[in-house]
Amino acid sequence: MATAIDELVALPARQVARRERLRLLWHSPTFLLGLVVVAFWVLCALVGRLLVPHDPYLPDLLSRLKPPSAAHWFGTDDIGRDVFSRVIVGARGILTVAPLATLLGTVAGTSIGLVAGYFRGIVDEVLMRVVDAFLAVPVVITGMLGLVALGPSTATLILVIGFVFTPLIARTVRAAVLAEREMEYVQAGRLRKENALYMMFVEILPNVLGPVLVEFTVRLGYAIFATATLSFLGFGIQPPAADWGLNLHDQYIYLTGGLWWPVLFPALAIATLVVGVNLLADGLAQVYER
Amino acid sequence: MDSSKASNAGIARSVPPASVGEVRDSVLEVDDFRLAFQVRGRDRNAIRGVSFSVGRNDSYGLVGESGCGKSTVALAIVKYLPRNAHIQSGAIRVNGADVFQMGNAELRRLRATTVSMVYQNPGAALNPAIRVGDQVAETFRVSGSHRAEALARARAMLVKVQISDPDGVMRRYPHQLSGGMQQRVVIAMALAHNPALLILDEPTTGLDATVEAEVLDLIVALRKEFGISILLISHNLGLVARMCRRIGVLYAGRLVEEGSSDAVLSDPRHPYTVGLLRAVPRWGTSKSHGLLDTIPGLPPAIGANIPGCVFADRCGLVQDICQQQEPQLFELDGGRTSRCFFHEKAHLLPTVEAGPKIASRALAVGAPLVRVEHLSKTFRQDGHPVKGVVDVSLSIRPGEALGLVGESGSGKTTLARVLLGLTPPDAGATIDIEGKALRPQISDRPDDQIRALQMVFQNPGGSLNRRHSVRRIIGRALTRLIGLAGRAREQRILELAQSVRLDRALLDLWPVQLSGGLKQRVAIARAFAGEPRLVIADEPTSALDVSVQAAILNLLVKLQADKGVTYLFISHDLGVVRYLSDRIAVLYLGRLMEVGDAETVFQGPHHPYTEALLSAAPILKGETRERIRLHGEIPNASAPPSGCVFHTRCPRFIGDICVKEEPPLAEQEPGHFIRCHHPIEELRRMQRPAPAPATVPGEPSR
Amino acid sequence: MGRFLLRRFGLALVTLWLLSIIVFVAAHVFPGDVGRRILGPFADPAAVASLNHQLGTDQPILSQYWSWLSGAVTGHLGTSLNYRDSVASLLGRAIGNSAKLGVVAFVLVVPLGILGGIVAALNRDRFLDRFITVAGLSAAVIPEFVWAIVVIILFGVVLRVLPVTAQAPEGSGVLTQLEYLILPAIALVLVLFGYIARITRAGMIEALDADYTRTAALKGLSWATVIRRHVLRNALLPTVAVVASQTGYLIGGLVVIELIFNYPGIGYLLFTAAQKKDFPLLQGGVMFVGLVYLTATLLADIAYSLLNPRIRYGSAE
Repeated sequence: MATAIDELVALPARQVARRERLRLLWHSPTFLLGLVVVAFWVLCALVGRLLVPHDPYLPDLLSRLKPPSAAHWFGTDDIGRDVFSRVIVGARGILTVAPLATLLGTVAGTSIGLVAGYFRGIVDEVLMRVVDAFLAVPVVITGMLGLVALGPSTATLILVIGFVFTPLIARTVRAAVLAEREMEYVQAGRLRKENALYMMFVEILPNVLGPVLVEFTVRLGYAIFATATLSFLGFGIQPPAADWGLNLHDQYIYLTGGLWWPVLFPALAIATLVVGVNLLADGLAQVYER
Repeated sequence: MDSSKASNAGIARSVPPASVGEVRDSVLEVDDFRLAFQVRGRDRNAIRGVSFSVGRNDSYGLVGESGCGKSTVALAIVKYLPRNAHIQSGAIRVNGADVFQMGNAELRRLRATTVSMVYQNPGAALNPAIRVGDQVAETFRVSGSHRAEALARARAMLVKVQISDPDGVMRRYPHQLSGGMQQRVVIAMALAHNPALLILDEPTTGLDATVEAEVLDLIVALRKEFGISILLISHNLGLVARMCRRIGVLYAGRLVEEGSSDAVLSDPRHPYTVGLLRAVPRWGTSKSHGLLDTIPGLPPAIGANIPGCVFADRCGLVQDICQQQEPQLFELDGGRTSRCFFHEKAHLLPTVEAGPKIASRALAVGAPLVRVEHLSKTFRQDGHPVKGVVDVSLSIRPGEALGLVGESGSGKTTLARVLLGLTPPDAGATIDIEGKALRPQISDRPDDQIRALQMVFQNPGGSLNRRHSVRRIIGRALTRLIGLAGRAREQRILELAQSVRLDRALLDLWPVQLSGGLKQRVAIARAFAGEPRLVIADEPTSALDVSVQAAILNLLVKLQADKGVTYLFISHDLGVVRYLSDRIAVLYLGRLMEVGDAETVFQGPHHPYTEALLSAAPILKGETRERIRLHGEIPNASAPPSGCVFHTRCPRFIGDICVKEEPPLAEQEPGHFIRCHHPIEELRRMQRPAPAPATVPGEPSR
Repeated sequence: MGRFLLRRFGLALVTLWLLSIIVFVAAHVFPGDVGRRILGPFADPAAVASLNHQLGTDQPILSQYWSWLSGAVTGHLGTSLNYRDSVASLLGRAIGNSAKLGVVAFVLVVPLGILGGIVAALNRDRFLDRFITVAGLSAAVIPEFVWAIVVIILFGVVLRVLPVTAQAPEGSGVLTQLEYLILPAIALVLVLFGYIARITRAGMIEALDADYTRTAALKGLSWATVIRRHVLRNALLPTVAVVASQTGYLIGGLVVIELIFNYPGIGYLLFTAAQKKDFPLLQGGVMFVGLVYLTATLLADIAYSLLNPRIRYGSAE
């Protein structure tokens, strides 16, 4: 067979490229640090009850607001519950709500972004105006409004956060789709009279998955941010859960009296989790956007 | 012009013997320069030893394909290199001073006064946020002029680069100027301090042919006036040969051959140069003269470890010694050098594509395949109508290749998109294919018409989905267009792959793993999947290097001979169009200006615009004809000139009639249509080859 | 340029109108029976009906929307259930306080963020760059109330140098007021710094890599001049737009910051409205926040088009 094999170059194979990405991730100290932190909290969320020295829900009115000690590493709160135990099991609520909400927002946002970017014209114009309207109000306030209107519960929390993230993700995906749409392979598809669904989901979607993945991890960080904030305001995860934001909601008034331990440790827990997720997102972005 | 001056003197003139090492009074000396880029802690060789020098008042051209390191050499001369660049050895001396040893202050002085540069993309080279006048004046303020003086000198400089409205241009921002104007401004800045050396890095790539010719003339004129040495860097051998006295051929970061322009072009002494010259269609030749020669394989990647000759892997004359030992620099007669053990017999390089001559299969008589009548396309731009295509009527004969030629804004791509149904035409147009009406929107077209019209795109990277394998890309076209599935489809994929000379092993790869030429083969296979009647190829080779372009042109020619398909071939490169096309149509501002057999259109008499286009093309071999130059810019399609749209730039302008009345596209000879008020005999008389002395060497004729 | 700004203004109006629909749907349609939602499941049906009548929520949806929208356009946003006062005047009083806090935060964060972005870009891919980028963005994802708690513990509890409420005593001078606003502003600054630094860095890097920067350097200008005259000018353009969009994040942050520092601004007002299910106040407040944000972005667009010659002068011909 007379072929152009002589032009074949030893360019990296697809699998090699994937392995190269993994290798880069393994050599990124920030990514690894993020991975360790997030893995720790995921473990706490899954089996936290088995790891803790005290019952996180049991009040002990005899040892209220005790400072950290050998018995209570992080001290006790205003009704004598062990702060350490509550911090460990508190990972569960937020690590249920935030990923599910992000997933919801990513799926919905990606679909809307694909449709707006692919059809452009009036469809795009209308969708983007609605997106703009949502983005004119901060996520926390939209979330608050939605939760007051629907009544707070874990399900509505997931729904509301997923919903307010949808426009943000839609906008990112739309921008990526608009860039893809200018590529000639999309015209080649039109010359075969492919239908819109095939073009959007089979031709274009695989090419925007990189940005979608990065966006997912970035949004996950903000979903944790939003969940914690709404819980702190009292509209998110409801009592008697050991949620960090909710704990802070109950305890932060003691801060002015100098009682810092029931407040500091849940706050640090939130901070480490969001920073961990952010480091993961940063590592992925470094690898995918190079 | 230097090349013509050289041709007067012949090869014997090559004085002084400018061999490397001992050059008297040279402005620039590059001495065994080697550079690597550090990628993840490892040095990847990019420049593997380059030596050359540019004498005072001399012109030197550096030629090479993409990735050969020519721009890196240029930027190294002013020591403006990326942070990961690592100079391994060698020296670059400007007026005797080593650039790499210079401190910051010295380097700034070098850049400000001694070496200046003109870049490929003038639009990006100018700061979008600063007025043109201030940007030019800044070059004078560097040397200490105060503001008013700097502005006055800037204005004088703009006059020097033949900007007719210097005050207006000074006040404007770069984005308000056309590409040709922007490049003049960059040239004005470059010449501000009367530098000893002017580096031109692909200065006209991206400009339209007629504008390019004007800019090149300007450079030649200024060079004479200022007495500057130039280093011209380009991928275009013809351009370099026309502009420079000496040429160096760069390949994989190595200078493989050097000598005077005539000598290198007429008697190349390195197999790479030989191959490169053979890969370009000779001016005026067509596919009936035989296939083009190609260079097999690809240049070595940056960082590749090459013990022997850099070209050994692709060379038809390769011997064992070439793989093992690096050829030394052979100094030849007439101050030439070559890095080839077999430089004596370089011209014996065997041809790769020995094939039968291809005769045109176009049927001159009989029903046309595609008939277009009164096709116009109006866009709306900021609420104003802009006519992209105006009343085009055209027939494409079955089995022919129709070449569509025109500069930016000519409407050639719009015409293709209308035919393909991607953009609907204005009401009143009729398009037939095989006698049946073609619906304006692709979504309304029946399957057989979808199959009949396919396209090969300009950018092979973008036209293939990078997340689909080659097999899937070709297979999907087969499924959609002719409903194949399973084994039948697999069988057909293999056949198609073979017909475009694509190894079956490549079918499982993804586009990122293929070179540009291979990607274009995949795109061609896809276009041919549904046995199309008409394939529209929009600049299919303009993103490719010369050697790869030849292989793709050959493939298109062979496919046409095998399958009897019809081509509509769009290109700005007249040589390529002439090579591939049986007939040529010339568009200007959306109007057909001339249609005729390729040979007739080339030979003339032609439309004055075609005449100017042909005259502007940089060609390899000098020829004695009068140079026609167009002045001014291509008018904007939203406000086309009255009467004949070409009258504002026409070198054969008659008078009132051209301004007031649009001439018809008249059949002035059998099969040869020209839209001009001049009768064809008048054009013939005016366009007769001028007697040789009419071209004053080195003077752009006006 | 006129066309550009006119279009932007029109789009802002459309966005505001769509926002009114979203807010209306959230406040009137989602809760189902609004009166019941406010008074709770055990309230007397007669009281619910009377509240619904008082709120107008017994009317058909479209006429409810119409009367609310026509009121809102003329500045009549209804009466707060909780404060028994006009929503407009409540918002009017609160915005002044929020503006003070917002201005202090912006005055601190904008120069710091831009400086951080410039330093990062000039040290691209080196340690300082990675440090500023990673630390800045990590700080940005930590919720404001966490930062507030950290700064209160640090400055108010451990060091005891700054007041832990934001509201200065009645009749304090400007400096005292500033002293009270510093801690809450720091919490906001920590969150906003990362965004501004990131955008500035991206703009800087684009400008540093641009061909015109090379042209400038090869004119023989000193590197400092190249940065000052050629790079910064182009790099800071996108930052203008981003700084404006930060007002949105800022107001979001104000909700928790004003709650923690007990500061009677717009965020605190919105929080109490939500907590007391004070729908008229909540609706009006959200619309008001949207209006502030859209005005800020519109002002940024004007600034951007004044600074960008491409928009100011249109394109060639």
